[in-house]
Amino acid sequence: MLRDITIGQYYPVDSVIHRLDPRVKLAGTMVFLISLFVTSKLPAYLLATGVLFGLIRLSRVPFRFITKGLKAIMILLVISVSFNLFLTTGTPIFRIGFLQITWEGISLAVFMGVRLIYLVLASSLMTLTTTPNQLTDGLEKGLGFLNRFSVPVHEIAMMMSIALRFIPILIEETDKIMKAQTARGADFESGNLIQKAKAMVPLLVPLFLSAFRRAADLAMAMEARCYHGGAGRTKMKPLHYEKRDKNAYLLMAVYFALMAASRFLPF
Amino acid sequence: MKIIDAAHVFFDYVRRDENDNIEEVSHALSDLSLSIEKGSFVCVLGHNGSGKSTFAKLLNGLNIPREGTVLVAGMDTRQEDKLLQIRETAGMVFQNPDNQIIANVVEEDVGFGPENIGVPTEEIWRRVEASLSAVGMLAYRLKSPNRLSGGQKQRVAIAGVMAMKPACIVLDEPTAMLDPNGRKDVMRTVHELNRREGITIVHITHYMEEAVEADRIIVMDQGRPVMDGTPREIFSRVEELKALSLCVPQVTELAYELRKAGMPISQGILTREELVKELCPLLRASGHEGNTYAKRTR
Amino acid sequence: MSIRCEKLTHIYQQGTVMESYALRDISFEIQDGEFIGLIGHTGSGKSTLIQHLNGLMRPSSGTVYFNGEDIFAQGYDLRKLRGQVGLVFQYPEYQLFEETVLADVKYGPKNMGLSEQEAEERAREALELSGLQPEFYARSPFELSGGQKRRAAIAGVLAMGPQVLILDEPTAGLDPKGRDELLETVSDLHKRRHTTIILVSHSMEDVARYADRIMVLNEGNLQYFDTPRRVFRYFRELEKMGLSAPQITYLMQELRDEGIDVDPSIGTIEEAREEILSLYWSQGGPLAAGADSGTEAGRGLGESSAATGK
Repeated sequence: MLRDITIGQYYPVDSVIHRLDPRVKLAGTMVFLISLFVTSKLPAYLLATGVLFGLIRLSRVPFRFITKGLKAIMILLVISVSFNLFLTTGTPIFRIGFLQITWEGISLAVFMGVRLIYLVLASSLMTLTTTPNQLTDGLEKGLGFLNRFSVPVHEIAMMMSIALRFIPILIEETDKIMKAQTARGADFESGNLIQKAKAMVPLLVPLFLSAFRRAADLAMAMEARCYHGGAGRTKMKPLHYEKRDKNAYLLMAVYFALMAASRFLPF
Repeated sequence: MKIIDAAHVFFDYVRRDENDNIEEVSHALSDLSLSIEKGSFVCVLGHNGSGKSTFAKLLNGLNIPREGTVLVAGMDTRQEDKLLQIRETAGMVFQNPDNQIIANVVEEDVGFGPENIGVPTEEIWRRVEASLSAVGMLAYRLKSPNRLSGGQKQRVAIAGVMAMKPACIVLDEPTAMLDPNGRKDVMRTVHELNRREGITIVHITHYMEEAVEADRIIVMDQGRPVMDGTPREIFSRVEELKALSLCVPQVTELAYELRKAGMPISQGILTREELVKELCPLLRASGHEGNTYAKRTR
Repeated sequence: MSIRCEKLTHIYQQGTVMESYALRDISFEIQDGEFIGLIGHTGSGKSTLIQHLNGLMRPSSGTVYFNGEDIFAQGYDLRKLRGQVGLVFQYPEYQLFEETVLADVKYGPKNMGLSEQEAEERAREALELSGLQPEFYARSPFELSGGQKRRAAIAGVLAMGPQVLILDEPTAGLDPKGRDELLETVSDLHKRRHTTIILVSHSMEDVARYADRIMVLNEGNLQYFDTPRRVFRYFRELEKMGLSAPQITYLMQELRDEGIDVDPSIGTIEEAREEILSLYWSQGGPLAAGADSGTEAGRGLGESSAATGK
């Protein structure tokens, strides 16, 4: 069902990973992603694999939830892997017409595929173990220094959090409107591009109107609950670094150092 | 003591064209005066466009009157520096359960109000727990609102208001989009808050059955109250209500029909028990034995 | 002409651990021109069922026959079917999109391939049936009141000329007068056009008043499918399903528990009125009870009025 999309879908169990400060998880995800691009040595990737799957185990989130996010990038994955596979010059293994597969191509394609997959797995792990609110809190506090350059960090964080809440609702709504128009004989599939674009009008107009109506309702509800921006606000779940968060930063540093050092491996 | 006191209130909706010229003015409220006692349970009835919702939004400063004054616990809603305090005193629950839940986790949503008014962290947690258990939703504290039924979402919204420790809750058709079970749950919750915590309730609804247990019913038409009294008083004026595009609870209507047909039944019957009590002596014939229902249906 | 479901089963997320039955082995037949009330609590499978009837959803197994033809068979024209089995979703006003009411109502007929002129004729006719005043036809649908918008949206489906009209909670969110008027419009359509109606509702009171037969769904199973009175006899079972019989049924039941001899399956005010009055007069009315002389005449009267009441 549509309400089961992974983005912004928190998986509520209690684990070490869940309990980590969101800033740690944000930083950790970034460090992990960068680490995949600083090296292309096999032992480094074995380390990264071990770390990623170890973290997934620790998070107690079922593996199939983590892999759900992969479906969305399947096409991207296939395209980038095949590009690397067929269009890399080097020692050819065999060739079909103008396409040739080379050793270099295979290794690049594998690295590319693994990088993309790990990227998605790591981000999914973060969003599944962090409530969107913690995530935005983490961003708000982690990027709080930008306030000094008059970036409205609180407002942006609030908008993100609200967007996360309403994405599943609007997707469900899209499905509903689509069905309702189909019941009136609409056809969203056949026809050329222009006809298809025209067929979207009966879907998009009601959808936008609904989004605006919801936004107006929500603004009123927030106002009624005394919302008046970030000034004078307290936090129900303020962020404090615990001992485990400091340890996590330490481990992160060790991990990144190892990954970076692998560049100097002779093979 | 009066918690709400509105005097000679006028409120218009103004529609302007692109050049900011006034295109249309509709008078949503005209010369509305009424006050509400602290701790009472008041139901506001009226057809669509009678001004109920506009009235509701006056009570916490979402609407500011063009003329006249609205006092909430003695504070004038026109005083901008009192606005937060007014909204803390008179909380509001809206019709669409989806469009008033802000956070992605139930407990965080309930904490949203207290956060806004600067309540210290530990106190927020205490309030969130107390309010969630007051509406019977403590078990769902870690759930995503998207996974809740409409009735449960409305109870979370009520908890969100409760966490502000309000003296009064204004509910603007909170049951309109719910199924019968959700409706029952919300009504039970609201009555409990009124009875146990002494919170003043202003409940706006289209469902006449929900008004039966209120202390007082206000019927609105064309932007002002036209009927005001106890449920029994209001629901005994069947013809007047019908003229205002409203109806009466089914039991009341049956009692009214029977009375009109010549049976000696009192006016303003509200519940099944009352009607059964009135009908029994009239239908129980002395010396009339045997199952005539069986005979009549054969 | 009929709609017939045969062993209709719909499983959500089949093959996963989250597999759940939305519909389980549902079989029934609805005759041409019937007025059906479809009742069930949220999540009972009502919406899933009605979306199968016009081919918006495909069953996991079983099928639906419309006028004897399997609608899920290869090559069956589902688009044509959607014109014949009109489906009005909940809060249908949220699908309005055109600049004028008339243009919006023409959308359906135009999708069916009708000419501009035919579509306009159909649209005007449908708007008239829907009870919307002609002065609104040229207005933007977004300027109308809630009740008017809903009528315009219903007209959008009526304009396709359906033989069967399915309405999912058409009165949700309307005020009492709006509710009554809309139901009268639907009932009128049923009488004047002989359109088969399937009314999905939470309100037993509404269904009791209009439906020839009531279909009760519970957790994907077809629990009852019978006349209102026969269904209301199971009011205790209905309650266990999270439903309730009409208030009036409870009242009649309570009277019966007190030893008063009334039919406990009555569900509408009109029927209850007839029943109680006939009993009252049969027992002498206001002239003290037990006067046997008046009983026979009164009973005769009661019988005839109960018959016309049905």
